[in-house]
Amino acid sequence: MNILAHIGRATLALLEETGRVAIFLKDALLQGLTPKIFLRQILEQMMRIGYFSLPVVGLTAFFTGGALALQIYLGSSRFNAESLVASIVALGITRELGPVLAGLMVAGRVGASIAAELGTMRVTEQIDALVTLATNPFKYLVGPRIIAAVVTLPILVGIADIIGIMGGYIVGTRSIGLNGYAYIRNTADFLEIDDVTSGLIKAAVFGFIIAVMGCYHGFNSKGGAQGVGRATTNAVVSSAILILAANFALTSLLFAD
Amino acid sequence: MAEAGYIELAGVTKSFGPKHVLNGVTLSVPKGHSLVVIGGSGTGKSVMLKCILGLLHPDSGSIRIAGEEAVGLRGSARDEYLARFGMLFQGAALFDSLSVWENVAFGLIQGRHMARSRARDIAIEKLGQVGLTPDVGNLYPAELSGGMQKRVGLARAIAADPEIIFFDEPTTGLDPIMADVINNLIVDCVKRLGATTVSITHDMASARKIADDIAMIFKGEIVWQGPAKTIDTSGNPYVDQFIHGRAEGPIQMDVLKP
Repeated sequence: MNILAHIGRATLALLEETGRVAIFLKDALLQGLTPKIFLRQILEQMMRIGYFSLPVVGLTAFFTGGALALQIYLGSSRFNAESLVASIVALGITRELGPVLAGLMVAGRVGASIAAELGTMRVTEQIDALVTLATNPFKYLVGPRIIAAVVTLPILVGIADIIGIMGGYIVGTRSIGLNGYAYIRNTADFLEIDDVTSGLIKAAVFGFIIAVMGCYHGFNSKGGAQGVGRATTNAVVSSAILILAANFALTSLLFAD
Repeated sequence: MAEAGYIELAGVTKSFGPKHVLNGVTLSVPKGHSLVVIGGSGTGKSVMLKCILGLLHPDSGSIRIAGEEAVGLRGSARDEYLARFGMLFQGAALFDSLSVWENVAFGLIQGRHMARSRARDIAIEKLGQVGLTPDVGNLYPAELSGGMQKRVGLARAIAADPEIIFFDEPTTGLDPIMADVINNLIVDCVKRLGATTVSITHDMASARKIADDIAMIFKGEIVWQGPAKTIDTSGNPYVDQFIHGRAEGPIQMDVLKP
């Protein structure tokens, strides 16, 4: 009896939340991404979301590339297939780990800050104040963040791909002792343009998820400092889960062609 | 009512889930008048203002500004509607990422597409009207005291010369002297613009100073409305209890007795 009530309540809450997100998404797309466009805001957000995430994403990619090289060497040396290290590192980084790890790092860094900033603006009535100054908050706040995230995440991942492969190269040549020339040869021969673009498409989708979830939770936060804290947590957790789910969906989809 | 008011609310209701916040608010403000709505916390004062501004959508009823129905406006009609309003928020609600002059000029630059340099001149002028020197314009809201933030909020509310200004608890959280300074500024600014204003407050000193008319809201309904001078002789038990600040009377607070 009690268990059923709990399940019922949880299901209703989930459906309600999904509906709210859907309505927010509709407003974000129809109001936020249609003229008028706030160019200053877009550029500012591109700096904050893209440029300032470079160190975090770069370091993540570098160490991941290095660790990947070590692991693959460990596995492939059992079959005397050490020459595969370079190609599998490149494939793993560009198709999977680059976009997913960059997405998760940016979700933690940027998703949280978007939710905290907009959440504070909500509870201090700054978002209402925008409306009274004849400025649509979806156009001024939400649109620029979505555009900036969708544009900069693929750029970030492109850079992460290069740094990750470089991390693999450094570990491969220095600590495993692979031939540097052969490593680069293998990477260049094996890597196809589709591998890179599929990762960049994923990155754009992840950027969209991060910005929308950050804005959604920020916009709907209430109840002072605690509410803003909750919004921040929810923004990070929901975008991380959605990124991983979308990654699976996109991988199946991109494999299908 | 013989003459239709500039702002007319008729039977406005608003509920949040099972909670009925507004139970048919009917209110009329003549052009150029200053109406102060008094009432305790949680009686629906703020919700009423947000309904007029369209920040919340009333469940039923009609809101007319200059005879024009406001409920359900969308798109550019809504933008034009909002351009008539200025609002001073309770916590000033200044944008903390922008400097003071950019805050004041925000509605001019973003809402009316005015050139930045011209908007800046107007912002400095409006800051002068609320008693702030031009150099304050380059500071950020976080660097200002509460009273100064309120004054900047007032300058921002009047920057675009609105026809209608709302004041949400303009004196809450200020010391009595600063509260009186704000009251004087409100009276001055409103007179200069000839604007129609609605203020909500529970500060009676402020209400007496800025009001032409006073309305009392209780449980989402207007229980009394009349000229400010007659507030002490209203004969209304709700009003009497409120202006004298008595715990005993028809208004009962839900307080658990120990």
